[in-house]
Order: sequence, then structure tokens, then C-alpha cells
Amino acid sequence: MPRLSVAVVVFPGSNCDYDCFWAVAQFPQCRVQYVWHKDANPGRFDVIILPGGFSYGDYLRCGAIARFSPVMQAIVEHARQGRPLLGICNGFQILCEAGLLPGALYRNNSLTFICEHVYVRAETTASVFTRACASGQVLNLPIAHGEGQYFADDATLRQLEDGGQIAFRYCARDGAASAQANPNGSRHNIAGIFNAAKNVLGMMPHPERAMDARLGSCDGQLIFKSMLAAVSA
Amino acid sequence: MVTRLPQDPTITPAIIAEHGMTADEYQRACAILGRAPNYTELGIFSVMWSEHCSYKNSRRLLRTFPTTGPRVLIKAGEENAGVLDIGDGWAVAFKVESHNHPSAVEPFQGAATGVGGILRDIFTMGARPVINMNSLRFGRPDTAAVRHLIDGVVGGIAHYGNCMGIPTIGGDVYFDETYETNCLVNAFSLGVMRHEELQRGCATGVGNPVFYVGAAGRDGIHGATFASTELTEESEAKRSSVQVADPFMEKLLLEACLELYKTDFVVGIQDMGAAGLTCSTCETACRGGSGIEIDVAKVPQRERGMVPYEILLSESQERMLVIVRKGCEADVQRIFEKWDLHAEQIGQVTDDGLMRVQWNGVTVAEIPARAIAEDAPLYSPPAERPAYLKTVHAWRLDAVAPPHDLTAVLTTLLAEPTIGSKKMIYRRYDHMVRTGTVVLPGSDAAVFWLKDADKYLALAADCNGRYCYRARNVVCSGGAPLGLTDCLNFGNPLKPEIYWQLTECIAGLVEACNAFATPVTGGNVSLYNESPDGAIDPTPLVVMVGQIACAAHITTQWFKHAGDTIVLLDGRQDDPLHGVGGSEYLRRTHQLKTGTAPVMDLAKEKALQDCCVAAIRQGLLASAHDCAEGGLAVALAECCFTMPSDNVRAVPAPLGAVVDVTELHATCPRLDALLFGEQQSRIVVSVAPAQLAPLRALAAQHGVAAMTLGTVGGETLQINAGTTAVIAAPVAQLKHAWDTALDRFFAQ
Repeated sequence: MPRLSVAVVVFPGSNCDYDCFWAVAQFPQCRVQYVWHKDANPGRFDVIILPGGFSYGDYLRCGAIARFSPVMQAIVEHARQGRPLLGICNGFQILCEAGLLPGALYRNNSLTFICEHVYVRAETTASVFTRACASGQVLNLPIAHGEGQYFADDATLRQLEDGGQIAFRYCARDGAASAQANPNGSRHNIAGIFNAAKNVLGMMPHPERAMDARLGSCDGQLIFKSMLAAVSA
Repeated sequence: MVTRLPQDPTITPAIIAEHGMTADEYQRACAILGRAPNYTELGIFSVMWSEHCSYKNSRRLLRTFPTTGPRVLIKAGEENAGVLDIGDGWAVAFKVESHNHPSAVEPFQGAATGVGGILRDIFTMGARPVINMNSLRFGRPDTAAVRHLIDGVVGGIAHYGNCMGIPTIGGDVYFDETYETNCLVNAFSLGVMRHEELQRGCATGVGNPVFYVGAAGRDGIHGATFASTELTEESEAKRSSVQVADPFMEKLLLEACLELYKTDFVVGIQDMGAAGLTCSTCETACRGGSGIEIDVAKVPQRERGMVPYEILLSESQERMLVIVRKGCEADVQRIFEKWDLHAEQIGQVTDDGLMRVQWNGVTVAEIPARAIAEDAPLYSPPAERPAYLKTVHAWRLDAVAPPHDLTAVLTTLLAEPTIGSKKMIYRRYDHMVRTGTVVLPGSDAAVFWLKDADKYLALAADCNGRYCYRARNVVCSGGAPLGLTDCLNFGNPLKPEIYWQLTECIAGLVEACNAFATPVTGGNVSLYNESPDGAIDPTPLVVMVGQIACAAHITTQWFKHAGDTIVLLDGRQDDPLHGVGGSEYLRRTHQLKTGTAPVMDLAKEKALQDCCVAAIRQGLLASAHDCAEGGLAVALAECCFTMPSDNVRAVPAPLGAVVDVTELHATCPRLDALLFGEQQSRIVVSVAPAQLAPLRALAAQHGVAAMTLGTVGGETLQINAGTTAVIAAPVAQLKHAWDTALDRFFAQ
């Protein structure tokens, strides 16, 4: 089996880098390594992951300083070449700040940090991140964020909806994307979105925290499996 | 030749008193120096001899704690935190510390810096912090002032821990009028390391350079002294004594230090917490049996015009003092630069035993390091049994009439914020980062999986201001206790009845630790917890750390399967009040805080715990829950509904139970006492019917009663005595009361 190279980017203040590294390391076909944010020439990777955390202390605005890191040029180029780029939590915020994904993440409508297990519905199986999911499959994943309320203007939302760019929506256990199941006030219950080419995914829930039955859920594996299957194909 | 700076005030009795020093202590300082101290030196003596740093009123008592054991690598008091072996070359460092006064004045920053401080204590030992917990005490949340404190403290803890990426996986929160204006914030952290990564706070090797990482500001000057007095109306004015937290800076400091530990550059390291640079220099020199010479003009400063007095006493956060091997200066700088940290060489190790402080070419302080670090005056103030105890101990159960509607009492107790769900608090903490939280907040103990070491730890933070000590929770989750850290929160020790409380409490803890062969690995004493309303109730917090041998032994408190048999494992304490003394029931139903605390025969407790551990290891138990606040009835209710909802690992619907207490009733004629008394040494377990016989046999071997109470199942909790149902309510209704216990105060 070919060895796949996966990079987990470390910004100052990243704190889910260790978890993402561990999650990828569960797959024996992967070679995973950390990439330091000051590294302008990190080399070529099959998959790049921007982990959660508080890059640069989230000063100014979440992800706003990280997008200027030397490593970002290489990340933009990686995405432009169509290879999978996954931003989780703070990574999602960085992708929005860097303009790789549309919209922004506002403070949760509760105005507090929220850490809990939620349900999200996979909106499409036609992507490198969700091809291992069943159509409309409900996943149990943890969230842990203070600023995860997805916002985009109506025109952008229409574009996302029409283009099949909604990756995940918060939902109830039965899959209904109700207001009650929306933990942070995100528009259209959005928990994750793709870029137009669907090789860039930003999501607030943490798949890397749902990799082992001991941790309460294995549903995160589906996202990693999808990605790895896609790049080995 | 020590210089007196031109701007230094003349030392007068008033200035000495302002520094919180007695005339005798001042004389002692003069004797140590062989001359009168200058203003800078007076500042140094005052912080180092403050209660907070020197433990001058408690050290003699603390020496009675058992601190040794086969697992102990670093003993209590030896370093910044105790270290225990967990096998296969792995070790854990852990400690709890208070940040009560700062949190009372400035809740957000006070609590946040409390977390920051304890984290530095852990990673200064060489360990990566992987678990945070906390123990909080507030007044009743029915006033806006208390809600403001709760919101600020929880927000501050969340801010720091979440940003650092360290899960806050458990703790305990109590609400009682005694903490109305003097809330308690005790923060705990645990780190993990390989044995060879252990670091020491030790300055050795003459000529080795001393590095200062971080920057000094005027924040927190005299914080340690502030913590060593009672809170008064004027405390608000001392807000500048509270430091400001920057968890991002600490995250960088953590990663830089851990990277540094992978090299052999470090000789010694100590964080700058209470008493800042002063404490870290004299303590590292004292431990190293050396001296240390620093030039405070070289210390990076955030503000202009700081004088040596301020630089030495600053309690700015996120700072480290690092002693490195000579010749490695550039390599050390490179690591700090990688993490964008400011590190300066400010001095070197000497061999004259002195802490010498220079400033622009003149010596501004010169004090024997050992004398200030170790030779603080020690006191044993007079102790006197408080007069109120006579009334308390004379109290008898027949002073209160048994209530008629016991279902209503149960519902009220479940809706008590102290008993009810704390989800509103812990969902604000990232409790899953580092992906090791195997048992989430909400069970008897939190269980964490150290993935790198592939080991499981069970941790329980607990104490009760009205009666003290129990550490049954770790056992209920399947663990064997390794060691404990404690934080003793009391009033002003110079009041004889307070000192008596402290003395008695430590004696009780010592007895319990010895009975369970569990060493104390460190901790903290917080005295002067008083406001104009008086002293707080004595509040000794214990965090017990246990180890679970394998994943199969992890046990949670909630019922698992309909049809399982419910059994009460009972150590049969001989308690004339049946645990009603000092209980939550007495407090909330009868508005009384009185009665002798529940009886605790340690031999019986030990037998019970041994029995529970054995049953778990034999795979007999489906659940185990300790009977605590609210007694047997609350424990049974919690078994019915506390499984994490909306979580794949849990059964979807709460499970009811039908219970019969007729047999217990024969030994306890008062039903209210039977159901709500907090009688010690009781664990509610559930087992598959086939396991009942082996469990009974095991209990008999341990001399523990195993009484069948009933069966899991249905949608109601029904408790029968004789032919009557004394409690009957839908589980959903009880769960609602419990779920909204805290939220209802904030919903307005």
C-alpha cells in the first residue's frame, strides 16, 4: 500500500495538533508530520490539516493573524492544486480569514464557549471528505468553541446551497436540522462547508476527537477514511 | 556593600507594619543580615515570610502528613509539585492550589491566573499538563453578586484552560452562604512525563547562567501579602494586586520549556508565581546549596521606571527562571526565539550562599538565600475548641419533625445547585481536548486515558465544608488511590477557634491517609478566608489521584440495564444521627447547619473500598455510585438519570428503579434519616442477577453488608418501605429538577 503523507500545521497556540496527529496515525498507510508555521517551504503533502486551537491567542480575530504565517503560501498552493485541505475549528476560522472559504465564524449566540457532543448530518457523499459516509448519515462529533456561529450573506448562502457546498449541518439524533439542534446560531445550521472545487473543507466539530469507542464515538473516522481513500485512489 | 537607593523611604515601624511584618519578624530579619534591611530587602523578607509563601502558621502541622511511599518520586514540599511513579517509566506530577482572594476581587482574572499558576508548577517539573480540575465554592446563586462571581470565575478558568488546550475534566462546586463574599477557587493540574524528563528547581554549578523568560510589570506586586490577610471593604482598592492572564503566552512558554527539556541544557528551572523573581531566585539557590547573583536592570520590563523593589516583587504572569549549563546560552536563546519569547540572561550561580541583587552597578540587596527560603518564623498559635461545637454535638434528630412528603424533599434536594447538574459550568470548559477523557464530567470521578503511556487515571476532587474527608469516588470508578494533594481553606489562624479547626482537620486527614496508605504529595494552605461577615466554614479540599489497571475496570455511576439488581454495599457505620448531622437535607429542608458530622470508622471504610475494588476487578458490577450529599435517595435518583444524554455511549432513555428499604428501616426508624442522611461508607451498585451470589460472597469476605435493594427498570423511581411507596416519581420529572438546578438561577 502506498504511504500517504499528511501534514498537521502547528501555529503558535494550536492545541489540537497532537489530537490530529494521533487521529491520522491510527491509519497505518499514513506518514504524518508536524509542519511549523514559519516554514515557507514545507514540501509536498497528500493532505494538509489545519488543527484547532487559539492560533496567536486568537488576538484581533480568530484566525486573522495565522493567515499571514509564512506557511500559508504553500497551503494556498496545495489547495489550488486540488489536494485535500481540512480545517477544523480554529483551522476553519483560518480558512475563512485566508479567503479559501467564504463567510465568517461569529461568537456563539449563547456568548459562551460550548463543549459537548452534537449530531451533524453529512449533506453529500460526493466529496473527498464524505465519500465514506452514507447519504444523509448522522454523525456524533464533539464541538468545543466560543466562536463557531457560521455567517454568510444571503447571496453566498444561496451559492453554497446551490453548489452542494454545505458539508455538514447540525441536526437532532434523527437527522432533522432543527433550530433546537443548532448549538451556536449558525445560519442554515451550517457546521462545515466546502470550497467550490470541494477539496477544501472547514468544519467546527472535531472529527479527531471521535476516533475511538472509548472516547464516545468513532464517527470521526469516516472523514479521515474518506480523505485517505480519495488520495490513494 | 549594600546600597540604599535615594528614592527608598526610611524604614519606620509604620512601613514595617504595612509590609505585614511584626516587630519580632523585623528583628529576626536584622539578625539574619547582621544589620537593618534596606527598603528592597524589607520587601523581599515580607513576601517570603508572608503566610502564602512561608506557611508560617501551618508548616508544623503539615509536617505530620505521610509523604512517602513506594510510588513517590518527589515528596511534598521538596519541589514545586509532588511526582508519583505510574509504571513503565512514566510519572505524574500534580498539585492543587488556591486563588481565592484574587478571584473574590476580580473573578475572571483571579481564576484565570490561578489556573496559569498551577500549570506552571506542573510543567516546571518537566511534565506536560494534560488534566485540569477545579473545586469552587460560592454563595447561593440567588443574588446577582454571586452570579457575577460564578460567571467570572468559570469564564476565567475556561479562558485559560481552553486556550492552553488542556482539558478541564472535573471538579466540584458547592453553594453555601458561608462563601457569599469569600468564594473559593482551588485549581488542580496534573502532568505526565517520562522519569528521565524530571526537572528540578535547583541552581547549581558556579558560573552557570541564569535566564529570565517573560517580562515584569507592576501587576501583582505584593499579591502574596494580599493573599495573607482577611478580605475587607478596602480589598477592592487592592485590585492592582491581581495579575492579568495571558494564556497564549503561557502556551508558548510551555512548548518552549518542553522543547528545552529534550536537550541537556537545563540545570534547574522554576516558575515565577507568588513573590515572583524573589521567590524563584532564593528557592533555587537554597535547593542547590549555592548562591545566586542577578542584575535586575537586565530583566525585561513592560513598564518604564520600575525600581528593583518592583521588579523583584512583581507577580506578572507567564514567567520562568531557567538555570542552564554554561556554554549553551546561544542554543537556549534559539529555542525561546523559535517560540517568540523574550529571554534574557540576568545573572549567574555563585557559591557564597547569598541572593545578591544588583542594579546599574550597585548592590541593592544581599541576603542569605537559605535564611529567607527556609528560616521563616514558624508559629503554633493558641488553639481553642470553638464554643459552637457544644450546641452542635448536643443536637439530636428528634429536634426536627420528619416531613410528610418525601418525594417533595427528594425533588427539592435534586434541584439544589450543590447537588444538581453542573453541565452549565462544565460545558464552558473544553473537557475533551487531548482526546483522553474516557469518563466525561458528571460521574463520581473523571477518568482520563494517557494515550502515550496507555494508562488510565481516575481523579476525584471533593470536600465538604460541613464535615470532612472521603475518597471513595476513585474506588467507585474502578481505580486504586495513588496519592492525593490537598488545599486547606480556612479563616484567620490567629483566632484560636480557627487554628483549632485547622489542627483538627489536619489530624483527621493524617489519620485517613495513614489508614489508606495514601501519601500526600503536596498542596496549599489558604488562610485568612474571612470577610466582614466572618470566617468561612473550614473547607479542606482533597484531590485524589488513582490508577485504573485496565479499560475493562472503568466503572460509571449510572444504571446500565433494566433487570439488573440494585445492591447497597454498606460498611455499617454506627451513626446515631444516621448521617443527618451537617447534611444537605438538614440544611435545605430544616434550614439547620448543625449536628455531629457523620461517623467515619476508617477500618469499616477501608473494608468497603476494598470490597468495591475487588468486585470491579472481578467484573461483577455494572455501576457503582457513592452515597454522598442527599444520601441514599439522591444517590439512587442519580443512578437513574446521570448517564450523558445525547451521547452514543449512553442508553437513550433514563432507567427507573423499584427499591425496597424495609430491611434498612429496621435499623433506622426515621425514614427521612434513612433516605437523606449522609451516612458514610455506602455505595449503591447494580449487577446482573447472575452476579448477585458472587457479590454477596465477596462482601461477606470483606465484612461488608450487601443488601439487595431492588431492580432497575421502568420509568419511575419508587422506594417502598413496608407496604407503602414512600417515594414515587417519574424519572423524567426528577431529572428535570436536577438538570435545571443551576440554570434556573441564570435564566432570569
